[in-house]
Amino acid sequence: MKLQEFQAKRIFGQFGIPVPLGEVAETPAEARAIAERLGGTVVIKSQVLVGGRGKAGGIKLAKSPDEAEQVAGRILGMDIKGLTVKKVLVDPAADIRKELYLGMVLDRGSRRVVIMASSEGGVDIEEVAAQTPEKIITAAVDPCLGLREYQARDLALNIGLPKEQLGKFAAICQGLYECYMKCDASLAEINPLAILGDNRLVALDGKMVLDDSALFRHADLAAMRDEDEETSEEREARANDLSYVKLDGEIGCMVNGAGLAMATMDIIKYYGGSPANFLDVGGGAKAEKVAAALRIILSDPNVKAVLLNIFGGITRCDEVARGILQALKQVPTQTPMVVRLVGTNYEEGRAILAEAKMETAETLAGAAQKAVAAARAQGRIA
Amino acid sequence: MSILVNRDTRLVVQGITGREGAFHTEQMIAYGTKVVAGVTPGKGGGWGVGNVPIFDSVQEAVSATGANTSIIYVPARFAPDAILEAADAGVGLIICITEGVPALDMLRVRAYLDRTSSRLVGPNCPGLITPGEAKVGIMPGHIHTRGSVGLVSRSGTLTYEVVYALTLRGIGQSTAVGIGGDPINGTSFVDVLRMFENDAETKQVVMIGEIGGADEERAAEFIGTHMTKPVTAFIAGQTAPPGKRMGHAGAIISGGKGTAADKIAALDAVGVRVASHPGEIAEMVAALIR
Repeated sequence: MKLQEFQAKRIFGQFGIPVPLGEVAETPAEARAIAERLGGTVVIKSQVLVGGRGKAGGIKLAKSPDEAEQVAGRILGMDIKGLTVKKVLVDPAADIRKELYLGMVLDRGSRRVVIMASSEGGVDIEEVAAQTPEKIITAAVDPCLGLREYQARDLALNIGLPKEQLGKFAAICQGLYECYMKCDASLAEINPLAILGDNRLVALDGKMVLDDSALFRHADLAAMRDEDEETSEEREARANDLSYVKLDGEIGCMVNGAGLAMATMDIIKYYGGSPANFLDVGGGAKAEKVAAALRIILSDPNVKAVLLNIFGGITRCDEVARGILQALKQVPTQTPMVVRLVGTNYEEGRAILAEAKMETAETLAGAAQKAVAAARAQGRIA
Repeated sequence: MSILVNRDTRLVVQGITGREGAFHTEQMIAYGTKVVAGVTPGKGGGWGVGNVPIFDSVQEAVSATGANTSIIYVPARFAPDAILEAADAGVGLIICITEGVPALDMLRVRAYLDRTSSRLVGPNCPGLITPGEAKVGIMPGHIHTRGSVGLVSRSGTLTYEVVYALTLRGIGQSTAVGIGGDPINGTSFVDVLRMFENDAETKQVVMIGEIGGADEERAAEFIGTHMTKPVTAFIAGQTAPPGKRMGHAGAIISGGKGTAADKIAALDAVGVRVASHPGEIAEMVAALIR
């Protein structure tokens, strides 16, 4: 789960990291009031979970409360990469002397939380990594020892920070590490971490991604989820404990198991089609869950055919078949479907589906070819 | 021979009285696995499915029954503790089926396990099976047959798909190992490949990877420098978009890294034959036998 900038910075602040004293506005009038309170020039930043907000015109300066109201009026409601801006953060404008980068991720290879720092902040860090990798300095943290102060000081020295900043930088590193571990983050990033004209170090931007598997022990963080950032299909999928990712193609897929679901998408592509989604119904899927999955798939107007690929193990094919019939009663459809059932109770499953007159297939390759052909035929009719 | 589990496996089931634990214990016993004990704290002294004695702790179960392998079916929030308990009781092989264990918990658990002699397989995995000897997991046993192909995979049902295709062609398996789809796990591709290379029964290996991380790239390096047996591979997620988690917590292309194309190129470079779809794997394996 991704957090918005204002949420991430609020949390950083709780761990002792200096952040600007801005507030969030949902209307131009609120933005004006915040600008009045802050006094001086403010920066108005759209709160949407995509990169490149600045380039899209979603971050602007305002020199007066009047201007803040106008600018907020333009940014609120703006569309940035398909997302509508519903909130802006109004921060005091900063006198930036130098922009640094500080980030933490879980490195799978070394099985450590790795801290990355760079003197080249304020820009896309992936570009820095690709073009001048020597400008990114890293340190790995032993999970038993935690981040040691000398490691943070070494980072500061290696990115060429002036000596008077060492202590402040080390404290920010410690705060971010503590924040990362306490919140069960998978990414925490300050970009830029700015050196201001008065020599303060301040986190001007913040990004956090949380480990979904750990949200059960962070009710406060889980409550920060912005449902506006999800499509209604994604919401329904989450409510039904389905793993769903929408894609741009025309063949809807329902599969049990993530690896098999990806392989099913791949084979659709191999035979010249294109998948409309990734959908894993999970192990032991019951009829209601299958029905919800089918409703989600059929609600996508791009879907011209549906491929159901179920390899029964814990999942029983007869349960899945009943779910399909149940869903078809709820959402009658003309969309052609190809069903492949293998494994536990497949004979019963196939018998149940015989009455629905669906196309069936024995092999995955066969099922994919039939689905691609069905989608093409639909395309011609439409 | 085979790897990791066999006739000598004496299994303790952690979470034997839960719905999943009870169901799969019955299935494992029906397959012929020696399930010698179950553990559910507070229910010690009772009997579980298949008349398996239940203990309050793994230590008690090991002392009383000589269990040498553990399988874990407890909910995600209790799984890290269950793994550590098994390791501290001296269980040599621990298989964690549980899905959704927080990554930072696994970080600490793995760091601790590295200081013990226990091996963890998983979490979020289907387990492993040596056909005809022991099934320690949740895979459907009947699709497997004994033979000389070793399988290792990050995925569950995709592995069943490949095993089933092999069995239909009359090609048996030595051991099939699911290492799981999480970012931090106990056993890597390289660990299993090394075991298959040293196993006399295994003549060739099938490796099923997916997007995310660099475990497949490390496997490619190992195959290029240490393996004499042929390897056939498949990488799932060739059509997956970057930045989207495809079900498994570990299956995500982030920062342009972990793409299927990178992994296929790395495997290709060391002479691994990479199937373009799962249906091709059995054909490629059969061609090597002929």
